[in-house]
Formats: sequence, C-alpha cells, structure tokens
Amino acid sequence: MSEYLLLRHRGIPNLDKLAIYRDSGGFSAYRKAVTQMQPAEVINEVKISGLRGRGGAGFPTGVKWGFLPNHLWPHYVVANADESEPGTFKDREILENNPFQFLEGLMIACYAVQARYGFVYLRGEFWQTAQELDRHISMLENAGLLGDEIFGTQYSLRLHTHLGAGAYICGEETALLDSIEGRLGQPRLRPPFPAVVGLYGKPTVINNVETLCNVPLIIERGAAWYRTIGTENSAGVKIFSLSGCVNQPGNYELPLGTPFRKLIFELGGGIPEGRRIKAIMTAGASSSLIKADEKALDTPMDYESVQQQLGAPLGSASVIILDDSINMAWLVNKTAHFFAHESCGKCTPCREGTYWMARLTDRILARKARKTDVDMLGSVARQMQNKCLCALGEFSTMAVISALQWFGEDFEELTA
Amino acid sequence: MSDLRQRCSQEIQEILDKYPPDQRRSAVMPLLLLAQREVGHISPEALQEIAEITGVSSTEVGSVSGFYTLFHFEAGGRYRIQVCTDLPCALRGADAFLEQLGEKLDIHPGQTTADGVITLEEVKCLAACHRAPMFQVQGDGKITYHENQTVESAMELVEKLRGHVQENQQSRVEGQR
Repeated sequence: MSEYLLLRHRGIPNLDKLAIYRDSGGFSAYRKAVTQMQPAEVINEVKISGLRGRGGAGFPTGVKWGFLPNHLWPHYVVANADESEPGTFKDREILENNPFQFLEGLMIACYAVQARYGFVYLRGEFWQTAQELDRHISMLENAGLLGDEIFGTQYSLRLHTHLGAGAYICGEETALLDSIEGRLGQPRLRPPFPAVVGLYGKPTVINNVETLCNVPLIIERGAAWYRTIGTENSAGVKIFSLSGCVNQPGNYELPLGTPFRKLIFELGGGIPEGRRIKAIMTAGASSSLIKADEKALDTPMDYESVQQQLGAPLGSASVIILDDSINMAWLVNKTAHFFAHESCGKCTPCREGTYWMARLTDRILARKARKTDVDMLGSVARQMQNKCLCALGEFSTMAVISALQWFGEDFEELTA
Repeated sequence: MSDLRQRCSQEIQEILDKYPPDQRRSAVMPLLLLAQREVGHISPEALQEIAEITGVSSTEVGSVSGFYTLFHFEAGGRYRIQVCTDLPCALRGADAFLEQLGEKLDIHPGQTTADGVITLEEVKCLAACHRAPMFQVQGDGKITYHENQTVESAMELVEKLRGHVQENQQSRVEGQR
C-alpha cells in the first residue's frame, strides 16, 4: 500500500491536531460539498463510488442516503461508534488518531441529507475518546466549520456525542436509536426503516465510523478515482482487524479483494510457535468458521468472493485466526456465552436460544455431555435461524452451526 | 449530601441542551452517568431525581439503568478492574491472566479486596483484541484502558491506585483537623 487513506495518521504525525489535519488538505472536501455541490450531487457521487457500509452489512452508502424522504423533516445523521464485536477494533483507532477525517465524513453526510443535527453514538467504554471528540467538536465550532451559516451559506450544523453504557446490542442501528432516545437498547421491528422513521421518529441515516471516513476522499478525489481501488462490486479500501493466533495482530488497511493469505501470512507474520492455521472467522464472534484450507487462503477478501466461495459473509472484516491447538467446542462456548450475555431479551428465540447454547456448550466442555446433547446444540441453533427479531440472534448461531459442520471431531473428542 | 441538581446544575443543563427540547428523555443515560460519577454507583434517590428532571417515571429510569452493564447500584471497590475474556482476548491468554490476577488480589472475579480499593470483574469485548490481555478501570467517573498487560504490570497499577486512595484519605483527615 503506497498511501494510507483511512489510517492516515500512520503516515502523518499528530493528525489529531486540527491545524495539521487542515494543512494536509482536511475539510477541503467539506468546503467543496457545502459551497459547490447540491446535496443530491453529493449523494450521487457517493452512490457512484460504490462505497458500502463498513460496519458489517455492506449496504451501499449513497443508496442509503438517497432513501430519506424530502417531505419529512428534520433529518438526522447518526454515526455508529458502538464498536463492540469481539475481534473488531478499527473504529477506535480512527476515533483516537484520525478523528477529524471521521468528523469531516460525518459533516458531509449531514450536508448531503440536509441534517442540521448529527450525533455520534459511542459505546460507554470509549469514555475517554468521547471526551476528546467533544473537544474536537468545539474546536470545529470555534473554527466556523460547525454552527450557523457555514462558509457563508445558509447551511447550519451541530454535532453531539452520546455515550452508551455497556450493551453490544446498541450497535444494531434501531437499538442504537432507542438508546439515544433514553430507552432500553432493544431493536425495533422493521419496517418502517430508520430512513423514514428513525431518531425521534424522523428520517435518519446511520453510518459506521469507518464508512464515514471514506467520504471526504470520495468528494475530494471523485468517485471514479475511488472505484480504481478494490474490486468491481466491492470498491475501495477496508480496515481488516486481525486478531487471535497470529504473530502480528492489528489493523491493516488494504484494498478490498486482497487474499486472506497476504493478510495472515505476509502482513500478520503467520501463526505463532510453528502451529498450523485451522480456521478463520471474518466477522468477529458473529462469523461462521471457515476451514482454512488452500482455497480459503487464496480467496480475495471482498463482499462477493467471501460469500460466494466460502459461504460466509465478510461482515466487518474482523479476522480472527484459530490455530490447530484450538478445540472448536471451546470456541463455541466462548461465543455462546458472549451472545447469551448480550441478547437484549426482547425476542424469545434469541433470549432462550442463546441461553441454551451456552448451557449445552458448558456441559460439553465439562465432558458431561452425550452425543444427544451435541445434536441438541445443533437443533437449538437451527431452530433460531430466521426467527429472531434482529441479526444478533442469527449471528449467534453461525459459529455453532459451522463448527458442528466442519469440526465435529472436536465435539466427539469431549463426549467420548 | 446535597442532591444532583444542586451539585451539578450547570452540567445537567448542558446535557439537556444537547437534545431537542421535547426529547428530554434522551438525557436519561447521560444523567445516570453523571449520577454515578458523583458516588461510584446509582442510588434510588438519584433515579428519582433523574425521573423528575426528564419527566420519565422512576420505574422507567430504573429499567433503563438496569439494562446497561456500566451502571452499578451497589458500592463496589473504589476502582473496578474489568478484564475482557472474550474469544480474541482468550486466545491471547486473558482467562489465565484473570485467574492469576485474582490470586494476587486474593479475590475471585465479582469480589472486592479487603481494603475496598479494587473490585475485579470479568467483562465482554472492549475493542482492544490485538493488545490482550487488557482491562479497563472504571472509577472516579472515568474509564481508562490498560493494554498489553501482565499480572506484574497490573499489580503495579493496583499499588498505584491503593497509594492514591491512601493519599486522599490522609489529606481528608488533615483537612478535618
């Protein structure tokens, strides 16, 4: 990679200082959008760029912005900085080190949908980051980049941070909205979608931090330039959070379509202590387990290839590496307990299903299970599928079902 | 002790100003965080007061506060050391780290040291998977991250926190003289 686009702080020291960010071209895209472009032109440019949501769903960002009806006002934009998926730690690096690029992206998104208020929802654990962000926002107010009549136009914009308080489910966009509204963070029934009935019942765009970080580049350099990076259907760069059994875990910014092998072995330094790679998770704890054979390692990491060739979603590109010392029943016990703890309790299949998956995997790990218990684990997971109110319940079954499918011997070892 | 509105009236106003005037309910969580900062946990009186400020019933404020794991309702240790043991951290030794730290502190997760300074807790993912073992410290209204930890580095921090509490107690005693 010749140049960092999202993790620009790695090439430019002190990029979290406003003067340095501005010296490196910062806020010129925002100025260009507000003073030279119609809101619809901004939306169109982002549409053409092919940018897709980096939070996990991969939905086209410009299309999402275009859904907001122009007869219902006000519009809101909410940045999702609830980053809580085990294996995901990319937004935190952006927020701490390159905050102004994120804020500029958020501000352009607000202009594009003509929102006059934007919120940044941060998980409560990011308390320190939120303090910094508040400071950055007031610097932007003092610099005239936020407030009334920005760049001498009629446009006015204000941004606020809102802290969560420890609930993974608040990363789900409708639960996040309820949390801002001062309620339990529980998902809403959809439709209506937030684009029509969102925050305070008004049309709302919700975008992930990394997604927004791409926006200033697209406006500044153009959609055509952006499309030269990545693949036809997965344009641009992505931050891959690499963790687990690997020598050099960390965030790696790469064009979408880079093969797993390059990330894991070239950049990540391979597997420690001469062990062999056994499986890959691509969407944190919400992933299916991918058997790490030669075919998987050569698969390009973009939304289509991973889904079509490996039958698993790329998701947030939180790549957890598992080596041959890991028993997958142990792994599933970890993820099942995570989801049982984080299930919001609103819908029965998820609330009960995650609880029973945790109990059953406890029993298997304690070597007290019979084969019928392993079958029951699979049965509970399959019965949850397609029946939960939001993706959390669905995701909780992914590791379970794929572990039973690909690594059945790991369970047999404990039940024999 | 005087109530939240007396002690933090300006901050309460700043919180309310963030949200549309007809959406005071949005202030529930920021106010809970404020109340907790003051005494380390949330008292029934604080719940009632937040209900009055936001125009939401105290039952509802209670239910919101109970949903989120960062809110506490009983006095714990002065500082809560919260170790992540989720999958990626566990792959980097977080389970063993938590156990050994508990042995050093002579408590199990969920318990508080005899001197009342440290409560040790096991928590879910904190978005620092590549720098495990790691934990956050919740206390004094703040949350700070401590990454790439060993039991030794964690114990050094514990001693620092103990020293800090002792200093505070001494200065309070001197103040009373």
